[in-house]
Amino acid sequence: MKLICLYLTVLTLPAMAMAAPLEPVDPLDYRGGAWSPYLVGGLIGVLSWLTFLLSNKALGASSQYATAAGALGKAIAPRHTTSLKYFRDNPPKFGWGTMLIIGMLIGATAAAITGDEFAPGFLPEMWVDRFGEETFLLRGLTAFAGGIFMAFGARLAGGCTSGHGISGTMQLSVGSWIAATCFFIGGIATAFLLYRL
Amino acid sequence: MTDLTKPQDSKSSNLQFGLLFGIVFGFLLQKGGVGKFHVLIGQLLLEDWTVVKIMVSAVIVGMIGLYTLHSVGRVELHIKATKLGPNIIGGLLFGSGFALAAYCPGTNIAALGQGNWDAVVVAMGLIAGSYLFAEMSSVIGRTIDNWGDYGKLTLPEVTHLPARYLVPLLVVILTALLWAVEKLN
Repeated sequence: MKLICLYLTVLTLPAMAMAAPLEPVDPLDYRGGAWSPYLVGGLIGVLSWLTFLLSNKALGASSQYATAAGALGKAIAPRHTTSLKYFRDNPPKFGWGTMLIIGMLIGATAAAITGDEFAPGFLPEMWVDRFGEETFLLRGLTAFAGGIFMAFGARLAGGCTSGHGISGTMQLSVGSWIAATCFFIGGIATAFLLYRL
Repeated sequence: MTDLTKPQDSKSSNLQFGLLFGIVFGFLLQKGGVGKFHVLIGQLLLEDWTVVKIMVSAVIVGMIGLYTLHSVGRVELHIKATKLGPNIIGGLLFGSGFALAAYCPGTNIAALGQGNWDAVVVAMGLIAGSYLFAEMSSVIGRTIDNWGDYGKLTLPEVTHLPARYLVPLLVVILTALLWAVEKLN
């Protein structure tokens, strides 16, 4: 219930911030990926073979944010944090998944620099065209709220766009296909509210 | 096969593999354009199909290799339990968060690597949301988590089609899907 209220509040924020009317935007007006999506997807498929073969692991990202939350929690409120069921079942520890995330940051930075796409800034281009220049607070709020919903949803569903959407679906897990479908249903509905109203 | 089942998380060779795989994964995500705000929102607005093209190609290639390797006993599968309640409710919540943030937990790292500092705020939200979930995990474990729990369930089990038939069939269906997406846009 609390979540639903929070959700509605967040969704109405852009509407409340609409001192000026929102501008229509077309995502295809901006520069897309540097490489063919089929090449990138195929290589991610091959990468999955290797993570299973050499590390006995599936690619996934979301649980590492829970690891960070647990580690932070243990530093601030150790007794309370270790008493929580999730952290008792999944003790936060540095491991393969943490290294994966560190590697991802290195790899993405290298890709951006080599492709001349490293462009530091807080507000994305299309966001500015839609919501305006002076919208740091609004972007901060949607980014933070988006993060909260994603983490909560991913922990509940058992994975994110990587863990369920790619790794789970390719293993033909029924739950992963259901979760991935729901990611898109929830995402499409919310995106249309934010960008097409 | 015996040593495969043992956790070897902190073994240094395994940590190095984690780093290496991460570098490749992050590099590919950025080159694919899925660290970009407008590409991700464009997919949710059904206008830019990059995300679906990448995911479906990864699934096609991945499942052929994984099921082939599995059939000769070279890899173990890591199937997560099918739980209708958590999968659906969590999935819908995740999706709405995805549209708000634009970056998902993995592509958020790609966005950060490109210099999109709003990804730092998304990461803070992801950490806060994870703690919030942990805070409620006892209650959830007694309620939602048990709604529609089918355990580890796979498509070959549900369809009664062995993987050696189902995988090729899915390759055809998913390739047709990609072809349709390409034609319609």
